[in-house]
Amino acid sequence: MDGNEHTKNLFAATDLIHKKLRAQRTVKWIFGSMSVVILIPLVALTSYLIIRAWPSLTWDFITDVPKQGMRSGGIWPALIGTLYTVTFSLLVAVPVGVMAGIYLNEYARESWFTRIVNLAVVNLAGVPSIVHALFGLGAFVVFAGLGKSILSASLTLAIMTLPVIIVSTKEALFAVPVTFRMACWNLGASRWQTIRTIVLPNSIGGILTGIILQVCRAAGETAPIMFTGAVFFKFVKRGDLFPYKPTEQCMALSYHLHTISTQVPGVPESMLYATAVVLLGFVLAFNAIAIVLRTRIRNRKKW
Amino acid sequence: MKPKAGNIEIKNLTIRYGNKIALDDISISIPSTGIFAIIGPANSGKTTLLKSINRTIELEPGVSVKGQIFIDGQNTKRIRDVYGLRRKIGMVFPLPVGLPLSIYDNVAYAPRIAGKHSKRDLDEIVERSLRQAALWDEVKDRLKSLGTMLSGGQQQRLTIARALSHEPEILCLDEFSIAVDPVTTMRIEDVLIELKKKMTIILVTNLVQQARRLGDLTCFLNIGKLVQVDETEKIFSDDPGNQLTYDYVHGVFG
Repeated sequence: MDGNEHTKNLFAATDLIHKKLRAQRTVKWIFGSMSVVILIPLVALTSYLIIRAWPSLTWDFITDVPKQGMRSGGIWPALIGTLYTVTFSLLVAVPVGVMAGIYLNEYARESWFTRIVNLAVVNLAGVPSIVHALFGLGAFVVFAGLGKSILSASLTLAIMTLPVIIVSTKEALFAVPVTFRMACWNLGASRWQTIRTIVLPNSIGGILTGIILQVCRAAGETAPIMFTGAVFFKFVKRGDLFPYKPTEQCMALSYHLHTISTQVPGVPESMLYATAVVLLGFVLAFNAIAIVLRTRIRNRKKW
Repeated sequence: MKPKAGNIEIKNLTIRYGNKIALDDISISIPSTGIFAIIGPANSGKTTLLKSINRTIELEPGVSVKGQIFIDGQNTKRIRDVYGLRRKIGMVFPLPVGLPLSIYDNVAYAPRIAGKHSKRDLDEIVERSLRQAALWDEVKDRLKSLGTMLSGGQQQRLTIARALSHEPEILCLDEFSIAVDPVTTMRIEDVLIELKKKMTIILVTNLVQQARRLGDLTCFLNIGKLVQVDETEKIFSDDPGNQLTYDYVHGVFG
């Protein structure tokens, strides 16, 4: 009887345990509601945009060219223009950024030089896009003599996206345990062999995440392309996939949205919203590709 | 008979991490026959000694190395193909690190980076190494599954198989039995006794009894200093000729 009583007391919930459980429930509830809260503006925003855009949102709107001084027709030249600038900027920023990130994390030893480079990268990531725009205007349009063109705009976007690509590459590489590298080095692998066979395959997901974020930024920013390559209107054939040369100026979705909402009077409201929806869809499509890639790689995660 | 390759001559080796001295003017001669056991309390520089043999010590930040190490008469500092040097030496560390690859690819890693790609050669190497490490029977049906999913003891044997895959002349084991159960430890010890006919084995261990069981020669390091190198029997006898050795071996300190 006595022993029974003793065990009962031993496992009975004390005040401390009640308090602990209460705290646990509260914390879980608060954190959980926060993750729901972030969904609300997202859902509200997209549904509002789609509802307002609905009357103009047709297949024709995407594939047609602007008509009657932008007041009707579609946005094909702007969509293709954005595709061009984003793709070209990625072609430059991804190899440079990833290689620099690999160097900084895998090869560079701690020194005043690497400290300055790291500091520069972090600071560059915080520079406002309009400053990048002015830099692009001076460096590419004027100094390099590229003129206002897709090239200048893409290079400006590349400069803008580089820092984050470098930082996220570094972080992704840093997450791969040092013990893996040690094991490879002890087996007689060179640094590069180690990076190629073990480090990169296990960090590619994180690197892709950084790149995705920068695709969205490159597609959405207006300022950097405004001075360097975006144009108010350009005549393009309907559905033409290769309407621009790299040395020409082009239309772009973000800039097009800016002009039709501020510079052109009498544009139907639904067209403004529809342009925004297409821009959003463009970014989502790019994201989707990268997310699919990433999950396929993640499924092969190995430790 | 030609002397077996893999003898090591360490001369006046001093290693510093920043201001901290890890090894203080060590000179040891490790013959190519038998098992060379290294004992000593924590922080005595045992691991540092192993790392300096295959020159991975150079990869640590802020390290300064003085003195020379000769392997088969060749100064390791002058060897230009450092990767070739590392392939001559198999390394096994306390905590097993299975690379995030399949069991097969783990063992085939070193031969592959050394340029061997023929499927037949690799199959042969993988089977031989896994057999030598007493792991073959447990994994032969699932060579394609992940090496990182094996149990701790199996992973440690996998790292031993990996260290043997490039047919090293020297095998260094650093407290291999920490993450391994006693039965597996015994099996690996049997493996080592078999392997010592073919290669020099350097065994760093915290278990003095393991050194006593396996070592032909035993070396005692304390706080970066070489205290004594001698026949294992002498070290563990009632009169090793050195009070510090006697105290450590008999558990007075450490």
